[in-house]
Amino acid sequence: MSYLEYSVKSVPTGLRKVLFINWPLALLLTTVAGFGFLMLYSVAGGSFNPWAELQIKRFGVGMAAMIAVAMVPIWLWRNLSGVAYGVSLLLLVAVMSFGDENKGAQRWIDLGFINLQPSELMKITLVMFLAAYYDWLPEKKVSRPIWVLLPVVIILVPTALVLKQPDLGTSILLLAAGGGLMFLAGVHWAYFAAVIAAGVGLVAAVLQSKGTPWQMINDYQYRRIDTFLDPGADPLGAGYHITQSKIALGSGGWTGRGFMQGTQSRLNFLPEKHTDFIFTTLAEEFGFMGGISLLTLYALIILFCVLSALINKDRFASLLTLGVALNFFLFFAVNMSMVMGMAPVVGVPLPLVSYGGSAMLVLLLAFGLVQSAHVHRPR
Amino acid sequence: MRRNRADTEASQARLSRRAVLLGGAQMLFIGGLAARMRYLQVDQADQFRLLAEENRINIHLIPPSRGEIFDRNGIRLAQNSPSYRIVMVRENAGDVDAVIERLGKVIDLDPLALPEMLAEIKSSPPFLPVILKNNVDWEDVSRVSVNAPALPGVTPEVGLTRVYPRGSDFAHVVGRVGRVSQADLDALTDPDQVLRIPQFHIGKINVEAREEDRLRGSAGTKQVEVNAAGRVMRELGRREGQSGADIQLTIDAELQNYVQARLSGESAAVVMLDCENGDLVANCSAPSYDPNLFIGGISSKDYNPLLNSKYRPLVNKTVQGVYPPGSTFKMITAMAALESGLIGPDETVYCPGHLTVAGRRFHCWKRAGHGWVDLQDSLKQSCDVYYYDLAIKVGIEKISAMAQRFGLGVKHDLALSSVNSGLTPTKEWKRRTRGESWVVGDTVNASIGQGDMLASPLQLAVMTARIATGRMISPRLIKSVDGVEQPFTDAPLEVNENNLRKMRRAMYDVVNDRRGTAYRSRIIAEDLRMAGKTGTSQVRNITAAERARGVTSNADLPWERRDHALFVSFAPFDAPRYAVAVLVEHGGGGSTAAAPIARDVMLQALYGGEPPLDAYPTGDRDEIKARQDRLRDVRPQARIKGSDQA
Repeated sequence: MSYLEYSVKSVPTGLRKVLFINWPLALLLTTVAGFGFLMLYSVAGGSFNPWAELQIKRFGVGMAAMIAVAMVPIWLWRNLSGVAYGVSLLLLVAVMSFGDENKGAQRWIDLGFINLQPSELMKITLVMFLAAYYDWLPEKKVSRPIWVLLPVVIILVPTALVLKQPDLGTSILLLAAGGGLMFLAGVHWAYFAAVIAAGVGLVAAVLQSKGTPWQMINDYQYRRIDTFLDPGADPLGAGYHITQSKIALGSGGWTGRGFMQGTQSRLNFLPEKHTDFIFTTLAEEFGFMGGISLLTLYALIILFCVLSALINKDRFASLLTLGVALNFFLFFAVNMSMVMGMAPVVGVPLPLVSYGGSAMLVLLLAFGLVQSAHVHRPR
Repeated sequence: MRRNRADTEASQARLSRRAVLLGGAQMLFIGGLAARMRYLQVDQADQFRLLAEENRINIHLIPPSRGEIFDRNGIRLAQNSPSYRIVMVRENAGDVDAVIERLGKVIDLDPLALPEMLAEIKSSPPFLPVILKNNVDWEDVSRVSVNAPALPGVTPEVGLTRVYPRGSDFAHVVGRVGRVSQADLDALTDPDQVLRIPQFHIGKINVEAREEDRLRGSAGTKQVEVNAAGRVMRELGRREGQSGADIQLTIDAELQNYVQARLSGESAAVVMLDCENGDLVANCSAPSYDPNLFIGGISSKDYNPLLNSKYRPLVNKTVQGVYPPGSTFKMITAMAALESGLIGPDETVYCPGHLTVAGRRFHCWKRAGHGWVDLQDSLKQSCDVYYYDLAIKVGIEKISAMAQRFGLGVKHDLALSSVNSGLTPTKEWKRRTRGESWVVGDTVNASIGQGDMLASPLQLAVMTARIATGRMISPRLIKSVDGVEQPFTDAPLEVNENNLRKMRRAMYDVVNDRRGTAYRSRIIAEDLRMAGKTGTSQVRNITAAERARGVTSNADLPWERRDHALFVSFAPFDAPRYAVAVLVEHGGGGSTAAAPIARDVMLQALYGGEPPLDAYPTGDRDEIKARQDRLRDVRPQARIKGSDQA
């Protein structure tokens, strides 16, 4: 069912919309962000500076933006999907020429008030565009090769651009989110089976190509893979991050070492303790109880999104909600796997908790879309 | 774009199905994450917590301050003095090259060491001080301090270094310290961790080395919390170490200084024992060297002359050098004969100037012979033939046994390095070491302290003290440790006192009888009369042809081939206070080279300073006066004392 098919009159209007926002979801998001504030306060050695204060302000702005987006009818967003995708793509191209170099990777455009990371934006606009595509595409054609190829191109173009930055983590996330959306839209099983088989082959080829003239990825990326496979081999070198991160987690135990008592993070044994590795600080200071609480909150956010999508009869809205949820899931799943030594270190922040304006703002905008879909669902 | 309702519902259902499927997969993965979290945080918590503690806590050692060494009167012989060095902390310096360049204008920096220094500064953690210059004087420290605003990150730092204020006087007693070497560590079964501190010093020789355990003390520890870069964040706990014990020696620094000055120009050794308790009052080996040169590592320019000198300044001749005791050994042969009862007290022997034993002719030092001599005369005039005769009657075993009883051939337990046990040969020894059997000629040689017989000056002093007192005097060097008096041994010698009395009487005559070999070195102060025995030990064999030509006098020989001069003595004769052994390497005759030194040293000790001239025989006084004046000039600190006494 498309929004054209139901009575727009049944949708709440004006300020009354605020009442129809998915408030439990908003509360969950705020609670998760609260964990972030607490940890940022802790890793700064008990200070709101330099991270916690700014993060709180950004979250405030982000929540306001989320509600603002939620007020805009979902069909308007649907109509803007193509434009949003195009703009994101242009920004990705732009970042390659104007972006700031940071740790060997070109990812940011400095807009003055915020460091815009187009790859973050692309995660959402890609989902929007694909949802709109499948909303538009007649059901019968979904699994036809030509109509499968089109979304694959839509996905691969930004993925390739992000990989070129180089940002392996985000490009994998884009690929996974896009693929997930195609799966949700109902593309035939066989395509996925084929892609998975090809993927396995590609990974094998990438690993094989190491040291040969046709080497496919950079040496540092190989090192990350090696390090992941055997962090003990070089505990003070590349394996250092993973080892120290596991030590921090493990030393937390059941209840943790207490707020601001985590020695690993406070004494800088942890890398990127305020961004990618912030979960280790949480786990060290609040233990298994703290870690599992955050994980439960994340699970609830996913659950609320899925439920919201299931009750929504609008195809675009459902796909968008599920796509945002999938994106969110990929974020924390990859980050947590990484800090717990289950995945290579790929530089993916923990959503809403890690310090960082761009990622959080984009994420809250995405949840704004989810809220909009929820508010403007057909009744 | 209206759609078929059935189609729409079918696609709706498929979307829901796939949403549930994907949602379920996500929940499954979340469950996996939870399980992993549980595994790390609960199942392996203990192991990881241990690792976290190891990460966080470093143990830093606080080096103990080394015990100081004093002489018997409390004069400092080894002390810890502050020494300054200039260090740089990179993170405070800013532009390192510019700061170093400015520093170079303020103090002298070694231009050759500069590149290496810069590399070290740039490679070490930014908060660690790097030494730019060691052992700087106060003037450099002031210059750096005054220019501090222009030299960010550069500061003078104070540390402790070992200093030997008495310089070369005590190199052969106190010894010296040095950097801990790998060899030092290898020599220890369980080396103290403190030895691994850079710049830490360990005793290398003599008292510093032998008393290392007491002098070192024990290190304190400081538990500090460090961050990942190794920077100290805060101190968690501290356990104070124990400073090393202060050690007081039995040596009299003033006397030691006098003796060392008296020996200047000679290659000689003097040992003086207190007859009361065996205290080593002076222990001098000349020439000596300045141990302070070694502390920061000695340059080869300084070291090579010490190593290559034929006077062997690095060798402690009092305990490490062993020499044929020569005629100073005759008391032992005499005692062995008397104690065995093989000769009577009035035994007389005719000395024709030589004795033929087993077809070989052994000469007396006096070619014309001494005629009929008794025990008294034989010692007084040092007749060799008398002792050849005794030795043949007594045999080597009894002589060596008696020598050991008097402290020869025995390794005395003294806190000095390389204490040599000398040698008192026996038949069994010769068979074991040379595979030859003992012949009577060997006994004849041994009877006058030649041949295989070897003794150190220390052993000769012990022998003399035992003759003088009739007690088992053993040398003692450590008087007290941290104020606790160390024990000395005392036991009767278990020989016939009448026989000893004969020895002493004869030794009295050696010095005080007009015909005695050391008559020229007598003391005329009545209550301080000295008894002694001269010795001249050959370092070459005199061949028959040489003897036929007439034995070349020592003065005509190159230094290395001259005889060693020895003299042992004790005084005062009536109540022995000190026993002295003097050895002058290749000095010629004992009576001319060694005995005068013994007399000067003895009088210096007995008077506790410069002796009055009337203790000396009238004829010697001019010469003595001249020597005293000369020595006063080279011993500035003694001048004050000398004038006090005068």
